[in-house]
Amino acid sequence: MVKKTSQRISVASLDDLVNVAGASQEQEQQYRYHICICVAAGCISQNSDAVRDALIAEVEARGLEDEVQVKGVGCMGLCAAGPLVRVDPDGIVYQSVTVDDVPAILDSLENGPVEKLILPQDIPFFERQQKIVLENCGIIDPEAITEYIAAGGYLALHKALTEMTPSEVIDVVTRSGLRGRGGGGYPAGLKWVTVAKAESETKYVICNADEGDPGAFMDRSVLESDPHRVIEGMAIAGYAVGANKGYIYVRAEYPLAVERLELAIKQARWAGILGNGVFSTTFDFAIEVRLGAGAFVCGEETALIASIEGRRGVPRPRPPYPADYGLWGQPTLINNVETFANVAPIIRNGSDWFAEIGTEKSKGTKVFALAGQIVNTGLIEVPMGITLREIVFDIGGGLPDGRNYKAVQTGGPSGGCVPEQFLDMPVDYESLREVGSFMGSGGMIVMDDSSSMVEVARYFMEFSMTESCGKCIPCRTGTRQMYDLLSKVVAGEASQSELNLLVELGDLLQNTCLCGLGKAAPNPVVSTMQYFEDEYLERLVDDNGSADEPAGES
Amino acid sequence: MAVVRSRIKTLKIDGQDVGAHEDETILEVARENGIMIPTLCQLDGLSLVGACRLCLVEVVGWRNLVPACTTYVEEGMEVITNSERLQKYRRMIIELLFAEGNHVCAVCVSNGNCELQWKAQKLGMDHVRFTNQNPDRRVDMTHEHFVVDANRCILCTRCVRVCDEIEGAHTWDIFGRGENSTIISDFNLPWGESPTCSSCGKCVNVCPTGALVEKGKAAGEMIKRTEFLAYLTKMREVKK
Ligand SMILES: Cc1cc2nc3c(=O)[nH]c(=O)nc-3n(C[C@H](O)[C@H](O)[C@H](O)COP(=O)(O)O)c2cc1C
Ligand code: SF4
Ligand code: SF4
Ligand code: FES
Repeated sequence: MVKKTSQRISVASLDDLVNVAGASQEQEQQYRYHICICVAAGCISQNSDAVRDALIAEVEARGLEDEVQVKGVGCMGLCAAGPLVRVDPDGIVYQSVTVDDVPAILDSLENGPVEKLILPQDIPFFERQQKIVLENCGIIDPEAITEYIAAGGYLALHKALTEMTPSEVIDVVTRSGLRGRGGGGYPAGLKWVTVAKAESETKYVICNADEGDPGAFMDRSVLESDPHRVIEGMAIAGYAVGANKGYIYVRAEYPLAVERLELAIKQARWAGILGNGVFSTTFDFAIEVRLGAGAFVCGEETALIASIEGRRGVPRPRPPYPADYGLWGQPTLINNVETFANVAPIIRNGSDWFAEIGTEKSKGTKVFALAGQIVNTGLIEVPMGITLREIVFDIGGGLPDGRNYKAVQTGGPSGGCVPEQFLDMPVDYESLREVGSFMGSGGMIVMDDSSSMVEVARYFMEFSMTESCGKCIPCRTGTRQMYDLLSKVVAGEASQSELNLLVELGDLLQNTCLCGLGKAAPNPVVSTMQYFEDEYLERLVDDNGSADEPAGES
Repeated sequence: MAVVRSRIKTLKIDGQDVGAHEDETILEVARENGIMIPTLCQLDGLSLVGACRLCLVEVVGWRNLVPACTTYVEEGMEVITNSERLQKYRRMIIELLFAEGNHVCAVCVSNGNCELQWKAQKLGMDHVRFTNQNPDRRVDMTHEHFVVDANRCILCTRCVRVCDEIEGAHTWDIFGRGENSTIISDFNLPWGESPTCSSCGKCVNVCPTGALVEKGKAAGEMIKRTEFLAYLTKMREVKK
């Protein structure tokens, strides 16, 4: 691994950036081979850190330290096949590597690839993806600023500060069509303009890394695999809107992300990229990490702000929006991790380049976490507008053991289930909404025909119920009542009038709750009722309490 | 002459043309004009939280309902305060509250003098279709003068705000989240052992239900007085 002290570099100018990049590449070239092992959460949970240590030990034991570099990298995507190891320069990837495989991998440097471990790279999982946000993930060492710089990092920040005015930066972001990746899809440029226009000496930039949806780990992977990218995006945003201070709000359940962020911030500060006079310009920008205690509602922007201020993390009515009245009452730009991660490439490559990817209203790519009944569980990045069928059946490899597709759940507890008839629909903000689901932050859970949709709805209602902050009445008590009614349906004890009550409650919550949590909590129920109504009806008893004629043989 | 921005807004509430200052909320303007919008968490003199959702109104052309208590007037807006849909939502919100806690009025010292009971009557909430949640909350009689029965609490946070913002003691706060939320004194100490409570009784008087009451009252005897709040607010404004 790269020694931490070699990361104490200073970059005051473009020349310095180029020199650092050159030196880093030169250092890489001293080695004949690079053995890259994923040390992001997915692979670490499958003991990849032990494999890394074993690799390092084996390299030392064979006296190959000068020839072979063992390096921890971020997520390569196909977590289901982890731990993943890639041997460069040939780019051969090995899957499910254990400590016992280590000698064989080192032998392979001389004798050719270890066939039984090879993960082919010409499969759709890799070929159909398009990487912007994840371009460095699994390639660079997330703990080395030099590797980020060697991959073109911080050039965009330098360009923004030295060649562009703040309004030109905003203009590029606006024209790129980038929309917020935290769920709502609000145009990023529009938000930036609003904060830029707000009159105040003090403004803030906040990166929302609370990522509370069950099963979601998109933001986590970015932070663990390429933390400097988020820092660069935030600094560019700070320059554009006139803020000198940024906060990254990360859930404390992501200790590795926190550790890497802290390290990356430190390295950027040493380098003169954060702090006073970024790149020796007059622009100052500092970033602090703040930890959340894992409440889903603290991902809601006003609750998140309250939490940073040290208050109870509950939402407040908007307006005023944070852009106008945010952290400590000051204008505040709040964007999601993935939103910020798109900023540097947009500044580097221009708005047209970005706007060419995706659909008319949804530009660029989206990172999704594939989970559930699907062969290739893991992290993918695809252009907006790709069809669900391509995601599930080509990239995802379809359902295991010949099972039949039933639905894919997107948008987590705020989203809905997309049934088979919409598999050929292009995935973007609008079309998902049209079919009653929601882009959300990017969780996708595939379900086969053995899943009970009522139980799926109840699962998400339970999540919303336990995560409700309790501030407003319809959400606090309504989620509980909806959960109880769903439980009755599941148990086959609900009547038609109780089902009607469930629908009535859903309407109440969607229209009266204070924040998005309560407003969207009924969505999984509404959407499963729309597409799988039979599953509700067949479990009903009549209003006197006796079971209906059984529908079919089930 | 320079163009001067008007600070006066004209709008329509329930078809009635009204004039307002730009610093006024829909609720304030409605009240001035004799249009009564039901409220529960809002109380003149305390900060606004927009939590109870009873005061939600429709604004023509807006996608979402908005709380009248926290929404400022805008030129030309058309507000509807009492559509059938709103009435239904309000009834359901009260209904949910009745299912959440212990709101058996007959055995409550606040019977007849309770804002929750009044709202239920006024909005026509005459039966509860939901199962009672029976949350596990405390009754605390340790204070010399007062009683807290958290089972009758509707979590409006008026006590929290009056104690923090007016009395300056911040004895009360909310503990837990979702359905497990409950009011606590200090760090969940018995009220009688509170080092911060000054026994001023402000919380008792702003509490809309029988959750905070004086000791020694029989059913129906507890009458709350909130006039002090308007008076204190007024005097503080004068001092400024
Ligand atoms: C209950 C709730 C939870 C949320 N959780 C998150 C989250 O974990 N991460 C996130 O980026 N946005 C979350 N949001 C959305 C944020 O409020 C906010 O819109 C977002 O951070 C804005 O960034 P963007 O425009 O880049 O998407 C949540 C919203 C709600 C209502
Ligand atoms: S909708 Fe739920 S989470 Fe949001 S403020 Fe209301 S109680 Fe809290
Ligand atoms: S005790 Fe009374 S004033 Fe305090 S939150 Fe409960 S109902 Fe409101
Ligand atoms: S009075 Fe407006 S939300 Fe309670």
